[in-house]
Amino acid sequence: MLSRRIIPCLDVRDGKVVKGVRFRDHVVMGEIVDLALRYRDEGADELVFYDITASPEGRSVDRAWVERVARVIDIPFCVAGGIRSVNEARDVLHAGADKISVNSPALERPELIDELAAAFGVQCVVVGIDSLRDADGEWRVRQYTGDPSKTRSLMRRTLDWVLEAQRRGAGEIVLNCMDSDGVRKGYDLEQLKEARAICRVPLIASGGAGAVEHFRDAFTDARVDGALAASVFHSGAIAVPDLKRYLQGQGVTVRL
Amino acid sequence: MNVVLVDAGGTNIGSVRYALQRLGVDACLTSDADEIRSADKVILPGVGAAGPGMARLRELQLIDVIRSLSQPVLGVCLGMQLLCEHSEEGDTPCLGVIPAKVHRFEEAPGQCVPHMGWNRLSAVAAHPLLKQMNEGDWAYFVHSYAVPLGTYTLVSTDYGKGFSSVIGHRNFHGMQFHPERSASVGATLLKNFLEL
Repeated sequence: MLSRRIIPCLDVRDGKVVKGVRFRDHVVMGEIVDLALRYRDEGADELVFYDITASPEGRSVDRAWVERVARVIDIPFCVAGGIRSVNEARDVLHAGADKISVNSPALERPELIDELAAAFGVQCVVVGIDSLRDADGEWRVRQYTGDPSKTRSLMRRTLDWVLEAQRRGAGEIVLNCMDSDGVRKGYDLEQLKEARAICRVPLIASGGAGAVEHFRDAFTDARVDGALAASVFHSGAIAVPDLKRYLQGQGVTVRL
Repeated sequence: MNVVLVDAGGTNIGSVRYALQRLGVDACLTSDADEIRSADKVILPGVGAAGPGMARLRELQLIDVIRSLSQPVLGVCLGMQLLCEHSEEGDTPCLGVIPAKVHRFEEAPGQCVPHMGWNRLSAVAAHPLLKQMNEGDWAYFVHSYAVPLGTYTLVSTDYGKGFSSVIGHRNFHGMQFHPERSASVGATLLKNFLEL
């Protein structure tokens, strides 16, 4: 039986891991390779690295650190950040990443998803979606969230984009629920459940984890395949081995 | 030891190479027929689709080279599928050195395709490739196509129903998961292969 995945997320800026609250005010958490190794040793199932300023600055991810990570890490990892073309994706994959995740560039030009899936297979292609609830109660997609001054609201409904991304060849969806991001009050179960109902590919919850129960709820209530978190892991508030033992005790299948 | 990685354009070549380096083996990346024939061990990595994978091997004139190898050969993920007779993916005839056929996973409620994540190895056969492997060890999978269970199955894994996660026939072996990304379990398997 497939296990549910615990995925620490490392936001990268200028070659360091940083963390913000609700996508703002970043502080340096540590060196990329040190943190990657720490999580690998603790039993993380996968790592995600977001080069958070690549897209707003109009550049692709820096492949030097991708290669450094690939040399030492023996669990899968995904890289995101300003990947706008098949060639840029190939660079990152050849540097050793297992998957690439596209977010803002896929919103600029949705055909990018089709092109990446055709070139590398859907299993390499993750679509990250930043979603915020508007005053009318609809969840809509946000773009360029790495830089608050450049973040844009789009008319596109989040659930419509989940469907379109799959149709175009997304092999996995990471849903960043921005209302709950960084505030540790729990994943947005309501939104995740709605996404789960229409998502046929693996769905990863992101944004809001603050306690072990939040992970359990995401797995048992929203039936997500993986749960991504950053600050609770970086700060040491939750240790991956403790979390996994707790989840196992709650009947969630985890790799221990 | 002379280990070569067949450069058939797969994107996981770097990761497999680094995994071998962590075991102290510097594998050379090649598409040269003589280098492949004279190697002690041959690894065929691969991420992508069966059709382009076979097209690339044909373009490099490596089809008959690989078929005629007698040293231990390991196909990883798509590389394993290419060792089989045929893949449903793009209705592609493959190398045919392992008597198996590759089928697409069926989607079912609660069962996503691709099969992506950590799953368990079970019904582990007694085979030198599987030394120190235990029932229930975890490995990392990412694939939409799979090889059914058969006489060639060395390890099975359950996803809706059982499929082959490790196969072997004569000197040819395949791993459907990614040993280079399966933590210490994967490292042990690669080490076993190097010791065949």
